[in-house]
Amino acid sequence: MNNERVIQVEGLTKMFGDFTAVNAITFEVNKGEIFGFLSANGAGKTTAMKMLVGISNPTSGKANVAGFDVFTNAEEIKKNIGYMSQKFALYDDLTVKENITFFGGIYGLSRKRIKEKSAILIQELGLEKVANKLVGALPLGWKQKLSFSVSLLHDPKIVFLDEPTGGVDPITRRQFWEMIYKAAHQGTTVFVTTHYMDEAEYCDRVSIMVNGKIEALDTPKKLKEQFKADNMNDVFLKLARG
Amino acid sequence: MKRFIGFIKKEFYHIFRDRRSLFILFGMPIAQILLFGFAITNEINNVDIAILDHSKDATTEEIINKISASKYFSVNQFIEKESDIETIFKKGKVKAVLNFEKDFSKNLIKDHNATLQIITDATDPNTANTISNFVNAILTQYQKELNKDITIEYQIVPRTRMVYNPELKSVYMFVPGVMTIILMLVSAMMTSISITREKELGTMEILLVSPLKPLQVIIGKVFPYIFLSIINALVIIVLSIFIFKMPVQGSLVLLGLESILFIISALALGILISTISATQQTAMMISLMGLMLPVILLSGFIFPISSMPIPLQVISNIIPAKWFIIIIKGIMLKGVGLQYVWKETLILFGMTVFFIGLSVKKYKIRLE
Repeated sequence: MNNERVIQVEGLTKMFGDFTAVNAITFEVNKGEIFGFLSANGAGKTTAMKMLVGISNPTSGKANVAGFDVFTNAEEIKKNIGYMSQKFALYDDLTVKENITFFGGIYGLSRKRIKEKSAILIQELGLEKVANKLVGALPLGWKQKLSFSVSLLHDPKIVFLDEPTGGVDPITRRQFWEMIYKAAHQGTTVFVTTHYMDEAEYCDRVSIMVNGKIEALDTPKKLKEQFKADNMNDVFLKLARG
Repeated sequence: MKRFIGFIKKEFYHIFRDRRSLFILFGMPIAQILLFGFAITNEINNVDIAILDHSKDATTEEIINKISASKYFSVNQFIEKESDIETIFKKGKVKAVLNFEKDFSKNLIKDHNATLQIITDATDPNTANTISNFVNAILTQYQKELNKDITIEYQIVPRTRMVYNPELKSVYMFVPGVMTIILMLVSAMMTSISITREKELGTMEILLVSPLKPLQVIIGKVFPYIFLSIINALVIIVLSIFIFKMPVQGSLVLLGLESILFIISALALGILISTISATQQTAMMISLMGLMLPVILLSGFIFPISSMPIPLQVISNIIPAKWFIIIIKGIMLKGVGLQYVWKETLILFGMTVFFIGLSVKKYKIRLE
């Protein structure tokens, strides 16, 4: 892992009226890192992520993603990141191939490139038999994996995953994390939120937000030492209880 | 541009793979135009009437014959006494009773004055009105025949001539209205549903995180519906010309351009609705209650605006459909050009610009 920083955040804040959803968070993410972004109670992490991907304007602070400023250059950020939301977000009434073609298309990939990419992707996921079937007919686990692959279609520098494994069985989750490792190994930075604590253990570094503030940020190993806990779940509980 | 084409292709997949939306898009216009054209009508035909004849003389017989000979009425039965009138109305079949006074003929000749009472079942006021008008017309005709040898000086004879729709076919009145409803429905409801659907599924978020600009997303979403609405307008016009023999007097080009203007205003309303509703159901309810009802009730489509209470007349002015109906009635039935409908066109244009501005503003706020 080198030390090139692909996300730099300083004092980033988001207020909704009087309510501070994200309270002056500061952190950095290195290239090729799997960065776990956890939060003890709801709102904060999704809001923070929305600011980083350029669909929500921060109230104050600084943030630089993939080399571009979120205030002034959100459009450039969008070209360089991938995003997968917690809701399964492919089109159910389009086939596997049509989904790939559509998302490749809106990221400006050439027709030839889309063809190559979709052939590789379909083969890697073992979807040859269902390539021309509607996505709605696939099991959830397959959809999630497909959705992740689609978010990597345009070779983004960073991929943001918002609770990607919600509602998926343990085996598929395992396979999903293998895909994440593979992407990270190839140099893609992975920024992932989750509420499964065993998944937090798989991350290179983990930050934990409580009431909109980052209360802990380190490798899972060091966090466990710091909080004298056996596993991430205990770390999390200690933080959440204050 | 290439991104945009890919986007539109995707929209068409959505539309053509969803039977429900396909039905609304293409089944509805045809069903509505046929329904309004054939079933819902203000004309009367072979209405059952009853006769209560107290004098039973030559004159009354002649009048009864004239009435039953017309295609509008058929004499269902003769009753004998006043108390039967209510019974017969309660049975429901007979819509009117003609009550000839005693010594009808004698009074007419001696006093130059005889009374015929027309009692109509006004549970359906429109029909009741039409019936009484038609009976009056037949009586006037009969009186003229009686008086044809006598010249009366200083007589005012009103001659009514119905212009633009001489046969008073109600389909001529309904076609512009149905066209307005369909265009409103397809444009506003379908776009608002299709945009909220992306919000509901979470795909809108993905689209907004992509390099596509929000404006591109919106234009990509509405473009297929502009196209489909135009096809719908064409289908309606063709149906009304060939099945109902409705004449289109004015310029088809002007009609087309005005329709496109109205379609765009409806699309802007659709986008506006999608920005305030979180689910497809909400979007549908708002479209139906907020758009369809006013269009049907307050646009002058069914109920004439001039006979509404003043507050409703004022409200009707803010309904784009009202202006569009005035415009297309003018073009289709009267054959007028832009010089006669420029005011209405300008109002519609102003409304369209306002709605687009408002929805773009709302849409941006939502992204914050």
